[in-house]
Amino acid sequence: MTRKQRRMTILGVGLACLAVATALVLTALSDKVTFFYSPSDLAADDAGHNARIRLGGMVEEGSVVKEGDGITTAFVITDFAQAVPVRYTGVLPDLFREGQGIIATGRMDQGTFIAEEVLAKHDETYMPPEVADALKAAGKWQMGDQP
Amino acid sequence: MEAVSTFLDMGGYAATVWPAYGVTAVILVGLLVASLRALSRRKAELAALESQMERPRR
Amino acid sequence: MPNFLHSLASPARFQRIANAVLPWVSVLAAVLLGVGIVWGLVFSPPDYQQGDTVRVMYIHVPAAWMATFCYAVMALLSASFLIWKHQLADLAARAASPIGACFTAIALITGALWGKPTWGTWWVWDARLTSVLVLFFLYLGHMALSAAFDDRERGGRAAAILACVGAINLPIIKYSVEWWNTLHQGASVFRMDGPTIDNSMLWPLLLTVLGFNMLFVVLLLVRIKSELLARRIEVLQRARASGRG
Repeated sequence: MTRKQRRMTILGVGLACLAVATALVLTALSDKVTFFYSPSDLAADDAGHNARIRLGGMVEEGSVVKEGDGITTAFVITDFAQAVPVRYTGVLPDLFREGQGIIATGRMDQGTFIAEEVLAKHDETYMPPEVADALKAAGKWQMGDQP
Repeated sequence: MEAVSTFLDMGGYAATVWPAYGVTAVILVGLLVASLRALSRRKAELAALESQMERPRR
Repeated sequence: MPNFLHSLASPARFQRIANAVLPWVSVLAAVLLGVGIVWGLVFSPPDYQQGDTVRVMYIHVPAAWMATFCYAVMALLSASFLIWKHQLADLAARAASPIGACFTAIALITGALWGKPTWGTWWVWDARLTSVLVLFFLYLGHMALSAAFDDRERGGRAAAILACVGAINLPIIKYSVEWWNTLHQGASVFRMDGPTIDNSMLWPLLLTVLGFNMLFVVLLLVRIKSELLARRIEVLQRARASGRG
């Protein structure tokens, strides 16, 4: 084995070990790396009770209600299997709307998720408004199928 | 004029779009200028060194 | 590939090629960036959901791609320096890391500016954003290590090892949005089922991406030339010092 080949082997073996180690650490950490839980996770009690968690899913169509004080909003987060009612007092991000994927931070309180922060998650689709309108008119609208 | 101010307003997102382009321009132009200046500084330095090295030998 | 690298590895040949290529690539970069940015800012439509904030995409996406591409280049150069002891590969890796750091900084800053109105936050510790922040610190670490030793060779070797080890972060960045729930959305352009960006937005994006690529080549060539000079200056200074002593 020449010295070049030896250096190449050392580098290759080193990187392979590192890759395996990283994969193991990330698998072990996958719970922590997960940024949010879905309503189904919550129903399956994966997220833990009374803990401060992030809940992610779709804002259910027709569920958004502005309350009397003007800054409190009630809505339902769904992953199309389970749904969780949410209340939030504060300013919502611009992308918050019905059918939009969002992530709320807060805790469960008697069956309602009390959110301290609401973030909008947007999907990977970009198009001009006219195209969106045309798709809707043609009945080919597929947005809102996935969180 | 109105077209210009509509353009600058960026649909109400002027505070998002313009700083993003501004920061990008500052960083990239800054890096380019710094790289070119380092190149010309080192060219001068090398020329000076080479002429210094030549002299004692003569 | 090694033969090709060997042929490029002669500093004189590199200088010749770099000087021939530089003017053309510079003009190409300026034209692509100019047209792409004007197209993106003026002629491309606003997004149906995000409105005009979508125009940040025309710099955020190319900067983020170049941040990872530059790291891949740096890691390959570092590996070839460690294996074949190419001096030019060492110089090129040193030249690349500040460029990568700048692209990463742009991706992070424009991402924060974009996230504030759309997501509702400047920053979250999700897998995508965190792994890109790690990338930024890898670049800073590479710059620091390569300059940390009086012995240039040792600094280069330490930095090259860091660059190779850090390459593990690249697949993590790429697949973070698929492996974990993140706030950052998934890929829009490189997907199995084709891009999910309308053509009216995809074209200006393509132009700025190519423009950033060309700009990267310009910056890299200029900085490698500069590194070559720096090494010659160092050699001459050492020769002079030992000549006196």
